[in-house]
Amino acid sequence: MKLSHIGADFRIVMRSYFRNPVALFFSLIFPIILIAMFGLIFSASGTGAVTLVVVNEDHNPNGVGYTNVSVQFLAALNSTSVVNVRLVSVTPQNFSNYLGQNGDSTGMIVPAGFQSDYLAHRPVNLTVFTNPQDASAGGTVLGAVQGVAAAFNLHAVCSTGSCAPVIGFTSENVGSQVYKYIDYLIPGLIGFAILTSPMFSMVDIASSYRKDGIFRELSLTPITRAEWLTSRILWYVALTFVTSAIMIGAGVFLFGAHVTLTLGVIPFLVAGPFFFVSLGMLAGSVARTPESAALIGNIITFPMMFLSGTFFQVSLMPPELQAFARILPLYYVIDGMNQVMLFSNASRAFFDLLVVLIGSLVVFMLAVRLFKWRDE
Amino acid sequence: MPTAIEVKGLVKRYGPLAAVDGIDFSVPSGTVFSFLGPNGAGKTTTTEILEGLRRRTEGEVRVLDLDPWSEGRELHQRIGVIPQDFRFFEKITPKEAIEYYRTLFGTKVDPTALLQQVELVDKANSRFDTLSGGQKQKMGLALALTNDPEICFLDEPTTGLDPHARRAIWQVIRRLKREGRTVFLTTHYLEEAELLADRVAIIHHGKIIAEGSPAEIIQAHGKPERMTVVGSPALAVYLQMNLGTSAVVEDGKVSVTLKSKGDALKILTAIEESGLPWTSFTTTQDTLEDVFVRLVGQMDEGALKSEGTP
Repeated sequence: MKLSHIGADFRIVMRSYFRNPVALFFSLIFPIILIAMFGLIFSASGTGAVTLVVVNEDHNPNGVGYTNVSVQFLAALNSTSVVNVRLVSVTPQNFSNYLGQNGDSTGMIVPAGFQSDYLAHRPVNLTVFTNPQDASAGGTVLGAVQGVAAAFNLHAVCSTGSCAPVIGFTSENVGSQVYKYIDYLIPGLIGFAILTSPMFSMVDIASSYRKDGIFRELSLTPITRAEWLTSRILWYVALTFVTSAIMIGAGVFLFGAHVTLTLGVIPFLVAGPFFFVSLGMLAGSVARTPESAALIGNIITFPMMFLSGTFFQVSLMPPELQAFARILPLYYVIDGMNQVMLFSNASRAFFDLLVVLIGSLVVFMLAVRLFKWRDE
Repeated sequence: MPTAIEVKGLVKRYGPLAAVDGIDFSVPSGTVFSFLGPNGAGKTTTTEILEGLRRRTEGEVRVLDLDPWSEGRELHQRIGVIPQDFRFFEKITPKEAIEYYRTLFGTKVDPTALLQQVELVDKANSRFDTLSGGQKQKMGLALALTNDPEICFLDEPTTGLDPHARRAIWQVIRRLKREGRTVFLTTHYLEEAELLADRVAIIHHGKIIAEGSPAEIIQAHGKPERMTVVGSPALAVYLQMNLGTSAVVEDGKVSVTLKSKGDALKILTAIEESGLPWTSFTTTQDTLEDVFVRLVGQMDEGALKSEGTP
């Protein structure tokens, strides 16, 4: 690979880009619009029911499903209409951190043996998590749990004649910092830009340059396909840095987002474009016409655009979709950035980065191999 | 004279179809060689094989003593190519494009001087998408010259251009020849080939059906020179009887074939002696275009007849 070739091509791409108002709009203005739009839609606090994240440890003795009493208790909470119960599968030890990481300000653990203790009138304790920063949600949940527990206790009294309350609860604070929607939105939308900008344009370039004979032109010069693709990757890396800076700036200044800016973000801003420029080129190369190239590009891009944690956290999706998200490359880019920018979880970020880098190398080599600029 | 291009038994098949069906020709260095043929004859396929852009099925091809397919990278350092309907990055100017190619080829060519050569210096800083068709072709020509090539491949360089732009490109081709470069020119315009080419090959249905200098081809395949006067059928009869040669009457004109230049004087004398009325005499000879149309037509007729044979 000759650096002079890569540099010469990089200048061509840069000039073409700066002279194209549509491209400039999508790189520099569109990110601000996206942040502003999603930030405004979702940062407004809802007036509806408070979401209560629940871990139900009280399984049936055969391990299938939950016990009747625990299910009835949660249904009763739901029917208060001030609380909206959402069941998750997390170990009780990690639950507090889980709530913090997912931006949930209230949670509850139904302990194992809840039904048997209740029926035997042995005292049993629920653990309710609230966040002092979100006092109104905490108050609503505590009130609802207290009310439903009182009703269940009354029912127990009626049937036995004993007056001792059976269900009690202890209150704990949600662990670590609570993140807001906008905090997740920034890495998500940076991921969105890393995906869409190179994918759409490389798929188009791969097919239109072939149709217009520009690859033919280039094949008659000493530049190699690997050099050409590298110059495009470098361009999109540069563009990603600019776009990310704009998004972070807009998120912080417009919505007071909290992000940790460390050098750890940089590998993702490099590896992400590396992967998607190569993937776009690969998709464009296997297609025979610009129309089929666009179709292949869309089939790859759209599921990733919505299911990788761009606009909504993956942890909020149903388990089947969460499993699907884990096979999407963009998931690892966004998750990695979340780990670096929000949770300071270096080991998981490193794992994500490794996945993206290995994927990038494979896709880059495939793209260089399969994209031909002269005919057999 | 050394040989720039040598082709022996070249075949290119696409499935059962032979686009190029066993052709041979050679191009001496420093000459303009024109490759003619109707659409779909195999011109572009052959040209792309010579340029190393397409792999051949059979045969031997040497360009500057290199195999264009397996030694393409080395060959591309030494040739310049302008495709039909040249396209480039839309927002890039001719000057920037030459600077780009200059870096890729590692040459030190001056963009302004090169643009002067192709008469495009006034558009040096205009973006490609604002250039006219002729200006785009000139930019292609300038790029093809960035690496100071020994052979220039020009694929229909003047198609769709106005007469002024065509003449400008012709000037450049003449200069390339003066500079000692070999030019391989495919064109639709027979007049262009006749004007510029030292040698011509006509390809049809993948086979070369005529090859030589334009004069040689016309001599070998064209009708002999004719003298035509405006006159009556009686004049034709008189000439036949007195000269012992056939005279053809068509649209009030009498034509007599000239076997040699000296015949012209004899015929004119006989016409005068006939005392019959006549006006305006002309002599006509087949052009390369007439020969081309006839040869291609004959071949197509032959093909139709053989298809019709049970």
